Amino acid sequence: MLGFIIGIGVLLLISILLMIFRIQSLVSVVKGSDKKRATGSNKWNAALGMIFLLGTGFLFFWYSFKEFDNYQLPVASEHGVVTDGLFWTTMAVTGIVFVITHILLFWFGYKYQYKENGKALYYPDNNKLELIWTVVPAVVLALLIFTGWRAWVDITEKAPEGSEEVEIMGYQFAWAVRYPGEDKKIGDYDFRLIDGSNQFGMDLTDESSLDDFVAPNVMVLPKGKPVLFKIRSRDVLHSVFAPHFRLKMDAVPGMPTRFWFTPTKTTAEMREETGNPDFTYEIACTEVCGRSHFAMRYRVEVVEPAEYEAWLAKQSSWLSQNPEYMEKVPDDLKGVAQVIVDQEKIIQK
Amino acid sequence: MSVAANVSAGAHAHDEHHEHKENFITKYIFSTDHKMIGKQFLLTGMLWALIGGFLSVIFRLQLGFPEMKLEWLRPLLGEWIQVDGSLDPEFYLALVTMHGTIMVFFVLTAGLSGTFSNFLIPLQIGARDMASGFMNMLSYWFFFLSSVIMLTSLFIETGPAAGGWVVYPPLSALPQAIQGSGLGMTLWLVAMVFFIVSSLLGGINYIATVINLRTKGMSFSRLPLTIWAFFLTAVIGLLSFPVLFAAALLLVFDRSFGTSFYLSDIYIQGEALPNMGGSPILYQHLFWFLGHPEVYIVLLPALGITSEIIATNSRKPIFGYKAMIISMLGITVLSFVVWAHHMFVSGLNPFLGSIFMFLTLIIAVPSAVKVFNYLTTLWKGNIIFTPAMLFSIGLVSFFISGGLTGIFLGNSAIDIQLHDTYFVVAHFHLVMGSASFFGLMAGVYHWFPKMFGKMMDAKLGYIHFWLTFVGVYMVFFPMHYIGIAGFPRRYYSWSNFEFANSFTDLNMFVSVAAILTFVAQFVFLFNFFWSMYRGKKAPLNPWRSNTLEWTTPLEPVHGNWPGEIPTVYRWPYDYSKPGAEEDFIPQTVPYSQTPESNLPHEQQFVDEEREDAADDVVVANEHKH
Ligand code: HEM
Ligand SMILES: [Cu+2]
Ligand SMILES: [Cu+2]
Repeated sequence: MLGFIIGIGVLLLISILLMIFRIQSLVSVVKGSDKKRATGSNKWNAALGMIFLLGTGFLFFWYSFKEFDNYQLPVASEHGVVTDGLFWTTMAVTGIVFVITHILLFWFGYKYQYKENGKALYYPDNNKLELIWTVVPAVVLALLIFTGWRAWVDITEKAPEGSEEVEIMGYQFAWAVRYPGEDKKIGDYDFRLIDGSNQFGMDLTDESSLDDFVAPNVMVLPKGKPVLFKIRSRDVLHSVFAPHFRLKMDAVPGMPTRFWFTPTKTTAEMREETGNPDFTYEIACTEVCGRSHFAMRYRVEVVEPAEYEAWLAKQSSWLSQNPEYMEKVPDDLKGVAQVIVDQEKIIQK
Repeated sequence: MSVAANVSAGAHAHDEHHEHKENFITKYIFSTDHKMIGKQFLLTGMLWALIGGFLSVIFRLQLGFPEMKLEWLRPLLGEWIQVDGSLDPEFYLALVTMHGTIMVFFVLTAGLSGTFSNFLIPLQIGARDMASGFMNMLSYWFFFLSSVIMLTSLFIETGPAAGGWVVYPPLSALPQAIQGSGLGMTLWLVAMVFFIVSSLLGGINYIATVINLRTKGMSFSRLPLTIWAFFLTAVIGLLSFPVLFAAALLLVFDRSFGTSFYLSDIYIQGEALPNMGGSPILYQHLFWFLGHPEVYIVLLPALGITSEIIATNSRKPIFGYKAMIISMLGITVLSFVVWAHHMFVSGLNPFLGSIFMFLTLIIAVPSAVKVFNYLTTLWKGNIIFTPAMLFSIGLVSFFISGGLTGIFLGNSAIDIQLHDTYFVVAHFHLVMGSASFFGLMAGVYHWFPKMFGKMMDAKLGYIHFWLTFVGVYMVFFPMHYIGIAGFPRRYYSWSNFEFANSFTDLNMFVSVAAILTFVAQFVFLFNFFWSMYRGKKAPLNPWRSNTLEWTTPLEPVHGNWPGEIPTVYRWPYDYSKPGAEEDFIPQTVPYSQTPESNLPHEQQFVDEEREDAADDVVVANEHKH
């Protein structure tokens, strides 16, 4: 019933609009304004341009300032401070150009609207002007790019010696995180070794994988130390996105990628800064990967280095949690493996 | 000289064998007349725009009103509406994918280039038709076939392709990864292959026509900027579409014949796949080798149309005609060497990233030059705001807004954060989507009188413009803020994440604006079809324009000019020339007839015209023997 009434209403509205349309076109024929080169509408359109300019210009500045804290995510990595600086520098430069060109666009439209006896200026070219507005943008862009390039080179440089290495693997539809264990070396893997428990395809014939451990459900990182993410995927493309660290890198099956950064604020500090007692660092996926792409959440906790060491010490290797895989360890490494497992038992007690 | 003579001789022959009557089928369906083919592209493109727009309304409902019950869509979408009345997340991706594919290829490539290159090239260069009318017809029908296949894929059980319009493998190669990569993806690939065939057939034709069939006097330095734009667009398409074809072909092989071009080290659904050694990055390189030039394939024709309309309605010559051409040439060349800026964080070698960052920023320069030239053209003009003019000004505004955000994204250090967020969605919708869409609209309003011999209603045009212009900004401007806040794109919902669990009101606002903007397009549709039948009869040259198409009869027949093709004597931008009585001098008026307005250096043309006239007499005499 309601649908029917809405339908009738819409129909009525449309027919009224049609009537108005018919009447106005008849009136314009009678008035002969359809013969004129520029009708009264010309003034209106020119004026609307100015109104648009002022109205939206106001909205733009008002909203940009009012909401600043809401859309500007707090930054928590060393390089993030640099790229944010670049971002806002570029914003200032382009913002100026944006405002000036738009003022010119609508103001010219208003000022030079058609006049019965007016005549446009015949002004086909001016090489000097062309040269100026080729060179000036080129120089400004070169400066912006040069600073961007320097930052890019620093960010993509090899991770410093002694970085904490963490492996992060995307799969449909979650992240799995592996730590190198005591030897600080992440072990080899092979996708053909993956099964229900060995989700990383850890290669137990490689000594360095014996002490690797899998993060429970949160990744813990030390504040102030460089961290190297070793990123991979085991099915389709994913992309590691940690917005507060200004970090993003695709996870590509068959081609491991990497990204290093230095966290600068612990989760606790961040909670204080944002005034949000529940604040957590998050990792999201930014390469479409299927049905639950929008739900690939992983939590990161940044702590003081001492706390980090304590946390590391509490973790037990994947092998000790999956003792049935001991048989996959080649004979010459069985001894080493047993030592690792036993040691952990002691610590746990 | 002799070329021109041949052309007009050929044209006479053409006239003769066209005495026979056309029937409905040869006139409206399998037509070889470039004007009819242009209209076919236009109508098909409009239909696609409605479909593509409707899809975006559906997924905008999901983003703006996640709680909304969508049962009322079940008759159309069936099982894709889940039992609780919400949209299926996988179908959300399918909608986004189809929306992107449709808008980029079917609306703004075929609908824009297809319409105006076909319609305007022969009319503006003074040719009877395209170089090959038959190939031109094939071009449309391959597009039609492609359309039918793409449309079918929307209705199959497993749904259409769903891996984003870029269809990156492995997602697009593995049906076990997402349903849409089954039959839907196969249909997507087949449709795109036909689409590429259509584009190539069209492009070859445009190029051949512009090079060979220009009328006497129509040198390259007298071509309207529209033609320059269509010409360069066709060149870009000809060089880049084959690469997309290669990318698609290898994907077909990986999907159906067990090859490993793009696949390696994959464990999915409890099974390790045998593929080894392939690279998903290879696909990205191939795709973006087309994908980036595609942006300019979509944009250049719109810029060409705008140049023409802004000059005509400012009653001023376009400022910097040569600079405009040079910047378009620059864009054409550079568009092929910036593709990897879409891949800064794909795992690409960072050194390559640096190279592509520099190249990308170079391409911003010719774009900036174009903007400044548009502004200077408006300066001290005598501006008439026709609907076409308004849409052109709107285009310039979008081109600036969207172009400036490109400077952020082209900077790889900044792109780390912004890549694949809504900032990108805002950027390309303004600079490519809305700008080109406005170019298309401007073109329709401007050339409607030539297409259908009737005028569109101007007032409805104004209403349409202001609703759409404001609407587009309301939809896409807020997306910048959401993007800076880090909201990822292609997300069904953001509520899983704390960092993206805000701005629900802004998203609601965007969705409402999107629906209003979509509805406003019906004002245009009404105007279009009403005016086609009931519109006021158009004068021969309604905008008092200089170009050749306005010298044809009101509704040009097949062959365009009933008599001889007019000769061209001057460039197309002699508006408001000092000394001239009218504020425009059509290209067909010789300098010898306008002594009052000739500039000093143009005096030489008068002499040349005299010599040419003498030559013609000689040629004519020779023919008598
Ligand atoms: C009614 C007007 C339109 C609206 C409301 C709209 C809205 C959107 C939104 C919100 C997305 C992102 C969806 C997501 O990432 O989850 C999107 C994607 C896209 N749109 Fe539009 N759009 C419109 C018109 C256009 C036009 C004219 C173009 C032509 C270039 C276009 C091209 C695209 C492309 C290429 C994508 C990316 C698809 C993908 O991610 O694979 N859209 N659109
Ligand atoms: Cu994903
Ligand atoms: Cu690009």
